[in-house]
Formats: sequence, structure tokens, C-alpha cells
Amino acid sequence: MMFKINFEVIFGLWLRQVKRYYRSKSRFIAALGQPILFLVALSYGFGPVFQRAGGVNYLQFLVPGIMGMSILTTSLMMGIELIWDKQFGILKETLVAPVSRLEIMIGRTIGGATVGIIQGIIIFLISLIFGFRPIINYLWITPIFAIMTAFLFSAFGTLIATLLQDMQGFQLIMNFVIMPMVFLSGALFPLENLPKSIIAIIRINPLTYCVDGLRQSLTGIYHFGFLINFLILIPVTSILLIIGSRAFSRMQV
Amino acid sequence: MNDIIIKIKGLTKKFNGFAAVNNISFSINSGEIFAFLGPNGAGKTTTIKMLTTLLKPTKGYIRINGFDVLKEPDKVRNSFGIVFQDQSIDEELTAYENMYFHSILYKIPKDERKERIDRMLKLVELLNKKNVFVKNFSGGMKRRLEIARSLLHEPKILFLDEPTLGLDPQTRHHIWEYIKKLNKEHKTTIFLTTHYIEEAEKIADRVGIIDKGKIIVIGNIEEIKEKTKSKTLEEAFIKLTGHEIREEEATPLDMMRMRMKIRRH
Repeated sequence: MMFKINFEVIFGLWLRQVKRYYRSKSRFIAALGQPILFLVALSYGFGPVFQRAGGVNYLQFLVPGIMGMSILTTSLMMGIELIWDKQFGILKETLVAPVSRLEIMIGRTIGGATVGIIQGIIIFLISLIFGFRPIINYLWITPIFAIMTAFLFSAFGTLIATLLQDMQGFQLIMNFVIMPMVFLSGALFPLENLPKSIIAIIRINPLTYCVDGLRQSLTGIYHFGFLINFLILIPVTSILLIIGSRAFSRMQV
Repeated sequence: MNDIIIKIKGLTKKFNGFAAVNNISFSINSGEIFAFLGPNGAGKTTTIKMLTTLLKPTKGYIRINGFDVLKEPDKVRNSFGIVFQDQSIDEELTAYENMYFHSILYKIPKDERKERIDRMLKLVELLNKKNVFVKNFSGGMKRRLEIARSLLHEPKILFLDEPTLGLDPQTRHHIWEYIKKLNKEHKTTIFLTTHYIEEAEKIADRVGIIDKGKIIVIGNIEEIKEKTKSKTLEEAFIKLTGHEIREEEATPLDMMRMRMKIRRH
């Protein structure tokens, strides 16, 4: 009884989130604006310096990082949206319905992750216009890392949302979670020859391994390699999904 | 006709040691309209949240439609519909999509969904707005949609937490009409809270007044008026609960709620 999952309920929750996201055009555009700005400003701004320092084409290096950033931001925000839903959205309506909390959590997480993945695909397509050229050999691994990244941060967002009281904390999340995670992850610069203290921080940041995996599968450039990335991301994602579900089931509105 | 549909016994809810609801017991008969009244912070919403499985009681026991709230929550959930004090419909979806979403959650058979949704939308006179996005609805239309939605799975009990708050007199009148009709035609038991005591007086069969977490009086309106030697229920209410204004500490969520209400109008 406890483990009977109703797929239509999950599908319904998923569909609702995906529809919502693409109907609010302003959010859609805002979510694409930031990564595109990063892509343009950084690749044109730092590209020449990067190349002179003996690196590869900076755009090739940067695009997987921006994809990772975009998936992180979108999935995390979709998770955090729970705070809003708690009071004004339809969360209460779903909580009084005869469905299990686990079903709600699964539906929400898949919904948030889907939106994150679609956002990542759009960034990928846009970067092709800018001149990004992926290598073909490992391209099939890219979706695996994109999906893991999306689930990891969708669950992480839900977890944060169960801890926060109100939307005031939202800005805090932006400044103290998303920004540091993006900047200290290897999304924007290579990890070689960095001071030890910075490397230590970068190593405990899960986005580091997401970006490294995306980058290796898209361009062949890597720091840790597929094996280490998988070995770290699979348990981290699973643990966050479990903790997130438990926090969600205990939540009272 | 006098079957008990809601039975509450020794119900208590404490938040950090403070008893928001303190050892209350009462029952609601099947088919009646019951108004649950009380000043701000008296424990009305906390009680409704416990009745509707959103909050776990600290102590006590609730039986709804014969099912224990803690032991068989899903059967309890299937027995009632609820209209919350705060908006709980999705603005980015159309009226029909909101209703359809509800029919999935309540596992209404697929072949019945469309017909039931249309019937309920017709009841609240929103059938012609079926495919309009909820964000383009007025406050009153949203409320009507929420009522229609809460009835979709044909619940035996309907909880209404401040259903007419912030609506104009015309809309309020309409909403009470739907509720009366529903009670008469479908024998739906109605459990409502409201601050408009004269409205409660007009519609309710029985009234319970809660203050500081305790039930201070429960019974039919005539009895209460007689007991307190009052002409109206409102007078009786003031006599029973005193004149002092209740100060509630505003939580961040209350602030958000305020902002939402301002935005809604």
C-alpha cells in the first residue's frame, strides 16, 4: 500500500509544472538571459587572454559550464518555488488530496528537473550559433550528466524550501548558494594550478563534477574524468533525493 | 438523519508549548450547516487543518465519515472537499485545467471527468469561462472556481474557511446561495468559518464559538441568543468573546498573505 505509486498523479504534477514554466514568458526569458549574457561577455571578454595563456578555445571550454549553471539555476529555483506553493499555490490542494507525499515529491522533482534539462538543451542549441562545436564520441553521455545535475539540484531546492519560512530568504539563496556554486565550480575557469584553499572548496561543490562530466562528454576536456564524476554524483544525488523526500513528508503547512 | 459525520474528542494542538487548540470535543451531524466562529487567533484555522489532515493533533481524536484521521487519512481525504482561506488554484492554468488536475488527484474515472467538470462549472456559473486562464479571473470568480473544484469528487463534507472574505456583497450572496443549494440538493454537510457573523446567522443550522483554543458555546442559534439575552448572533458573539481586539503576531507568511490580497484586488 505504502509503495503503490500512481503514475497518473505523478504525470499530472509533472505536466502542471512544465506548463506553468513555459506559460510565464517573463520567467522563461529571464532564465535564458543570464546564461546568454555570461556566454557573450565571458567568451568575448576572456577568450583572447585565455588563448594567449595557452588554453584551448575559451568558448569550447565555457559552454558546458554555462549549461551546468543554467540547469542548476532552473532546477534549484523550481524546487524552491515550493515555499510560494505552500501558501498560495496548489500545494495545499495536493496535500489534502488522497495522494501520498512521496508521489507529490516525485512529481515535483521530475517536473523541476525536466524544466532544467530543457533549459540546458536550449543553451546548447544557442551556443551552436555562437560557434560551439561539440565532439561526437561521448555526446551520448551528455544527457546522463544533464539529468543527474537537474535531479540533484531540483531535490536540493526542495530541501532548502522545506527549511525556509518565506520568500525573503530567496535573495539569500541567490547570493549565498547559486552564485558561489557557479563561480567556485570550474564552470568558468580551469582547475589547474589553483591555490589549495580554493581547490578544497571547489571539490566539495557538486556542480564541479556535473560541469566536469558535461565538459568531458562535449569537448573531451576534463579534470576528474567520468569515473570520479559518476562515483561522486550518483550517491550525492541519491542522498539529496532521499533527504529531500523525508523533509517534504514531514513538512506541515 | 442525525448521524454524526464529524466527531472530535479531546482535540489539542500545541505549538512550542502554546495550546492553539485546547482539549475541544464536539460533533457535527450529517447534512447540517455548521458555522465555526471565533476572533482572530482563536484556533479556527488550526482546527480545520487538523480536520483536513494537514496538521497532526498533539492529542485527541477525530473521526470523519467513520474514518480515523490519523489511521486512514486517504479515506478521510476522499470524504471531504475544502476551500482554503488563501487562494489555492493555479493561476497559470485555465479553469478547466485546474479542475482536471483535481480529478487526477482524486482518481475520478477518466470517462466521467469532462462531464463532471462541466456540471460543477455550470453550478457556479463559470462554464463559459472554462478555457480562460485563472490569472484573468476576479477574486469572486476564483472563489467560485475553488468551490466547484472542491465538489468535483462529490464529497460528503465541505469545509469552507472564510469563503466570502474580501468579496463584494453580490458575490457573497451568490456564494451562500450555492452553498445552501448544495446542502439541500446533495445533503452535503457544510463546516464553515467566517467573520461575517450575520451571514453565519442566516445560513447555519448550528454554531460553535471558539476562543483562546476552547469551545465556549455550541448549539443552535436561537439557544445561544436566548442564553446570552442577545437580539442577534453578533451581539451574543461579542458578549461571549469580549470587546478586546485580538493582536496576532504577524508571521512572514501573514505578510505574504497581505501582499497577495492587495495584489488580488
